Order: sequence, then C-alpha cells, then structure tokens
Amino acid sequence: MRTALENAFYTSRGNMTYIPISPKERDAMLETIGVKSLDDLFDAVPEKHRFPKLNLPPALTEMEAMQELSDLAQANENVRGDLISFLGAGMYNHYIPSVVDHILRRGEFYTAYTPYQPEISQGTLQAIFEYQSLMAALTGMEVSNASHYDGATATAEAVNLAYAQFRGKRKKVVISPTVHPQYREVIRTYTQGMELQLAGDDQSLVSKLDVATNSTDVLISLTDENTCLLIVQYPDFFGRVYDYTKLIEAAHAKGALVCVVANPTALALFKTPGSMGADVVVGDGQPLGIPMWYGGPSVGFFTTRKSYVHKMAGRLVGETVDSRGQRAYVLTLTAREQHIKRERATSNICTNQGLIALGTAVYLALLGKKGLRQVAELCYQKAHYAAQQLSQIDGMGLCFSEPFFHEFALCVNRPVEEVNKHLLEHGILGGYDLGQDYPALKDHMLVAVTEMNSKHDIDMLVQVLSEVNHD
Amino acid sequence: MNVPAHLKYTKSDEWFDPETGAIGLSDYAQSQLSDIVFVEILVDEGDSVETGKPIASVESVKASAEIYASASGTISAVNKDLSNKPEILNSDPYGEGWMVKVEGATAGETMDSAAYEKYCEERSH
Repeated sequence: MRTALENAFYTSRGNMTYIPISPKERDAMLETIGVKSLDDLFDAVPEKHRFPKLNLPPALTEMEAMQELSDLAQANENVRGDLISFLGAGMYNHYIPSVVDHILRRGEFYTAYTPYQPEISQGTLQAIFEYQSLMAALTGMEVSNASHYDGATATAEAVNLAYAQFRGKRKKVVISPTVHPQYREVIRTYTQGMELQLAGDDQSLVSKLDVATNSTDVLISLTDENTCLLIVQYPDFFGRVYDYTKLIEAAHAKGALVCVVANPTALALFKTPGSMGADVVVGDGQPLGIPMWYGGPSVGFFTTRKSYVHKMAGRLVGETVDSRGQRAYVLTLTAREQHIKRERATSNICTNQGLIALGTAVYLALLGKKGLRQVAELCYQKAHYAAQQLSQIDGMGLCFSEPFFHEFALCVNRPVEEVNKHLLEHGILGGYDLGQDYPALKDHMLVAVTEMNSKHDIDMLVQVLSEVNHD
Repeated sequence: MNVPAHLKYTKSDEWFDPETGAIGLSDYAQSQLSDIVFVEILVDEGDSVETGKPIASVESVKASAEIYASASGTISAVNKDLSNKPEILNSDPYGEGWMVKVEGATAGETMDSAAYEKYCEERSH
C-alpha cells in the first residue's frame, strides 16, 4: 500500500506533473543515500507537522482558476481606459510602445540570468552595455552600472559610494527635504548601523517647508568637512526645477560629493546633472517604458564619474575585443564586487534589474533623442496648461512660483482625501496628498500631467475641481 | 622571481626597506594577482600605522587583496602615482611600485630574502 506522500507523488504524475524524475530514478536516488522510502526521507520532520491540515477550498481546474483570477483582475480600475490619472509622485503614466513588451518577451531575454560566462551571454551583455551607454548619455555622466532595484535603492547606494570614497572618515550625509520621502526612508533603512549622521530632512526642517522656503541655503550651511554626500532631487519632489550648479560648487568646496536624484524624462528637456557637476546621478527608470504595475518592479539607474567607479556597487559591462579581434562584451572590474571583495566591498548588491533595464533601453532606442524630447515637451506644456487653468479656480492656487516640469503642488483648501474621493466618482485619479509627508502642506495635492492626459482630460479635472469648490 | 637581498619580507607578501622605510608588494605577490587594475592607498601622510594594519587595497582582473603594514611608525610619504598607473605594481614592484614610506619605522616580524624565497617556493608546489 502506498503512503500518503507516495500517493501525492503518484497522483501528481497522473495529472500534469512538475516533478521531472521517474519512480525508477527516484528509487535509485533513495537507494544511493540509503533511505528505504520517501517517508523515511522526511523522518526528521515531526509526524504531526508532515501533513498539516491546510483548510483549502477544493482544487480548481485551470479553466476555473483562470475565470476566478480574471474576475478579480476586472475588479481593478486601471489607467488604461478606466481612470484618467493625475497621480505621479515617483511613478508616472507614460505611453509604452508595443515594441518594448515584444522584445522583453523574447525567450533569449526573458529567462536570461547572470552573464558571468561571456562566451554564451553576448546578447544579454550587449543589451546591458547599451542600457549603460544610454543612461550615461541621458544623465551627462561618464559611467553607468547595470542598474539597481529602483530609484530609492540606487540613491541609498550613492550613500554607500560616498561613505566608501572617504573610507568612513566623513560620517554625515545631507539630504534635501524635497527628496522623495520614500527614498529618504530607504536611505535610513540601508544605513542602519553605519554610524552615519543623516541631516537636512529632519522633522523640524520638513515642517518649516512652506511656500517661501528655499532650502538651498540650509543645505549649504549643513554641508561641512565631515559631510561625504549631499543629495538633492531634480526636479524635486514638488516638480520644481533648479539649476544646482552653485549648490554643487559649494558642496565641492567642502570636499563633499553630490548626488542628484533625477527624473529621466525631464533630462531630455533640461540641463543634465552631469553638466552641473554632479558626482553621482540616480533615479527611477520607470518613466522610460515601464508600466506602473502595482508600484513595481522597477529599475534604478546609477551613473557616476570614472574616478568613483571602483567604489560603485552593482554589475558593470564593458566593451572589449575577443581573441580574434572581434567586438565583444564582458563583465568588468568585478574584483570590486562582493563575491570577490567580500566584506571589504562597498555594497553587498551585485545584481541588477536586467529585464526592466532592457525595457528602458528599448524605449530610449525606439524614441531616440528627438522622441524623448517630444515626450518631455508634451508633459511640460500640458502640465503648464493644467496649472494655469487650475490656479484660476476660486480658492485654489499653485503652492510654488519656481519653474516646474510635469508636476506641481496645488492648494485645494480642503482635505485632499475628500477631494480625491470626489474625483474618483468622476473617473479621475487625483494627485498625491502632500500633507502625508509635509505637515505644512496640509490640503495640498501634487498633480502630475503627462503626454497621456488629453486637453479634454485636463479640462475635466478643472471642471470637477471647480464643482468640489462650490459644493 | 625577483627577491632583492637588501629588503625584508612578510608572510603576507609585502616588502620593507629598512634603509628608506618604504613598503611595497613583492614580485611573487604581483605575479599571483596578475594584471593589477586598481590601487587605493588607505592611509595619508602623517597617519601613524601599526604592523599588520591595512595600508592599501589592490584589485587585479581576478582578485582583490589588502596590503598590510610591515612596520610601525608614521607615514612620511604616499606614492600618488599608483592610482593613475596601477600597472607599475606589475612592472616594477620594488622600484616605482613602492606604496608608502614609514618614518621611525620599527619592522614587524619579517624574513630575509633567502627565507622569503624559500617560503614562496614552498607555496608554488
């Protein structure tokens, strides 16, 4: 008689099995390790824990499961048809050409893994190399790694680089309060136990952040001889665009490095952080052809100057020639990575977001310089039209007067939650509630406008918000 | 293998020149590491060092190594050319490839050239 475990084994073989061995092979393996049966193999697990009652509903066929999942999926409201979105704050609703997905789903890329063996990984390596080249060009920097998980983790890795560059002798990082609040949280998580002082965005400064505050002077005064890194965002969390050249010069005068967290779409339109003198440029690659999904997966780009490449985390692909003189790609400078340098490495991250990074590379290659600039211009013009219209609503107004890209803070003079609820009833996904992170900006909404928002969409937002105001 | 007689050597493959106070990486070590692509000197002029503490970090195409102080004292000079030309460590480990100079140096546990040559031979078997 078969035991329960063997029953499970044979039953699964009777249906569609995912266990690749035959009973004969299994018995041979059991004999080799000196175990009589499968049950004996699991003897070490106390009997009462071997088959716990899981209390699951009856099993479904594939057809039934598909129906149930599709019913659940249809209960979601998405930005491709159901809702008009003005929500950004780090994730942006852009058009994704169908070629991007087509290339990503090619088996050669979809299943690709760590390309340690260049002789069998030229396609993956070349794709990463192209991605790196595009990112370096976009940010105006000399070198790019093969990517990180997302913009937040890439920013945290900039802290690791700066800390390592000064060999731990400079123990302070100054962070602008207008860097994405979630990025600032991730930096805190990453740097736990590093004896690092994080300054610039403590609650007293964040709460003072009102209409008149320009934090540049505060950031300069905080950056001292003990500071390894100053972090600013471009455009900042409120969408504002500053030329950081002078700020970067001031930080360099104190010997500190500067990291600029950038929106990649904006870089097609504005001065690059590289030309402002930044030492590290990071950001989230999601706006470049990656869906918003449910907040991820995404990709973090990381570019820097050649002089810091040995302190940079992550994988790096270089171009070389093979023994026959043909162009070839290979992982390079790997001795700085954790699998060789161990605890002396800058970071314990050697991985990259290969597939998503490839998606951004396909997007950029497809749009080209002109196409990306056109996307950025559309975002800029539409956002400015929206801002101009919205600011004319009685009792509402723009929070800041500085130049902005495709996102702006709007004072709605009542709880944002309430306003957004009303917008949702009209099929509009409203802006981010800034009061969540900035108490001084209670009743302020961060409105994002991209090329996906038509004039009709914007006019509708204006109309519904005017109604809210009259309710 | 080149093992100059006037130098002292450590078990971790650094050389020490009792005349000048210079510290570097032995010819045996550079050949084991193969092409050196990056050198970072971890100490500055005026720092005091102790025997056995890391003074430099070296990366080759296939490995990474720490270089330890073979003598205690005060750092009087750092070879700044190495960061731009790390390959000097391969081509001239006992000359241009010196890493730091230590003033008032007290050597740690070292071997003379004959003992070091024997020590290297033992390891290559």
